[in-house]
Amino acid sequence: MKAFDYVRPTSLEQACAALADPSGSAVALAGGTDVLVQMRASGLRPSTVVSLRDVPGLSFIRADEDGGVTIGAVTPLGEIEHSPVLKERFAAVAQAAAWVGSAQVRNRATVGGNLCNAAPSADTAGPLLALDATAILEGPQGRRRVPLTEFFTGTYRTARAADEVLVEIEIPEEMGQFGSAYWKHTRRKAMELPLIGIAVALRMSQDRSQIQDARVALTVAAPTPIRAYLAEDFLKGKPLADEVLREAGRIASSTDCCTIRTSLRCEAWYREEMVQVFVPRMAKRAAERIKLP
Amino acid sequence: MKKVSVSFVLNGDPVTAEVPVTWSLLKTLREHFELTGAKEGCGVGECGCCTVIVDGDAVNSCLYPVPEIEGRSVVTVEGIAEKDGTLHPLQKAFLENNAVQCGFCTSGMIMSAKALLDKHPDPPEEDIRTGLSGNFCRCTGYVQIIEAVQMAAKAKP
Repeated sequence: MKAFDYVRPTSLEQACAALADPSGSAVALAGGTDVLVQMRASGLRPSTVVSLRDVPGLSFIRADEDGGVTIGAVTPLGEIEHSPVLKERFAAVAQAAAWVGSAQVRNRATVGGNLCNAAPSADTAGPLLALDATAILEGPQGRRRVPLTEFFTGTYRTARAADEVLVEIEIPEEMGQFGSAYWKHTRRKAMELPLIGIAVALRMSQDRSQIQDARVALTVAAPTPIRAYLAEDFLKGKPLADEVLREAGRIASSTDCCTIRTSLRCEAWYREEMVQVFVPRMAKRAAERIKLP
Repeated sequence: MKKVSVSFVLNGDPVTAEVPVTWSLLKTLREHFELTGAKEGCGVGECGCCTVIVDGDAVNSCLYPVPEIEGRSVVTVEGIAEKDGTLHPLQKAFLENNAVQCGFCTSGMIMSAKALLDKHPDPPEEDIRTGLSGNFCRCTGYVQIIEAVQMAAKAKP
């Protein structure tokens, strides 16, 4: 491995300054489970490794009083997996974290790292997209809020500038009325990347006769995690019935939403079929999880 | 090569090492401290042969940059038996239940199992399987390994 400078700032200001390294190849280190692999196996050669370990206030799960939840970017996935408030309010997020890698990986890997690495298969991206999460970035110019729908700009690319740190991920209060579910479709039960990932969040009318609002997110389908807006629009105002959900799955898997890709791991036709299977299943599971007032 | 000085607690003893900044915790354990229980299998966090416990959590030491270990407490398989040589209940159970074939994965298996049992003294089989899912045994002797962990859980006082 090529030599690098290692710095461990103790404030966000110092971290941003270190990331602004003029040679342009400083890398932020959170849990290291992607960065180290990339340094070892895929040619990442940073001049400086900027450790976020000692930057205070980046690892927490805060239950906002109004029903939302804010997650510090450097919170390990293992904490998210076991978080009572996330399991209760946004079960899909806890489930996605639990399905990443192994216990060893989840003890180190962070939610911010998962999002900033921006793999098409990022497990936490699906549920967080479906829950209308916002990424909060801090840089030399101060804080800015980027909706997660605008955060992924390409495969392994995000809206985060080189001298910015992702500090928090915020799930808004209104999503507290939604139920959420995530399915990571894999061949093995663990240590896998998804063949396709499907996240659904739903809000039902008071009498549960119709779907008031819906969010559908797909990972792996496209070069970035995406939302299937047309499927969401279709679901609004309709009953939670098999034929409705089947049609939503068909729309989500159709080229109207995105041209689902073939990759080394799986061919497009199978991914399309699994979207058709799991959009309905996750919609039902999400509806079951809606908390009754 | 740029070096870094790190101080941490290793198997209960405070230690300091000056090693290249590019080294992983695994390389530091094996080459500086000559603790060769943790192994390098894949080097990318998939096989679990390098598992050690840091501040109570199992981690892949191959993916742990050594400067990050400053001030932490590390337990390796060399540190779990008692000082008089009495084996840890997990080590005894692995021996008694023939849960070791070639042995390459064993220290990682034991450290993952220890991290699990330290938090959940009598986990259901499903949790043992999940807890060990990041540890590969290429001899495929999983049945005896799971049984050994159950045996150790029962043996615990």
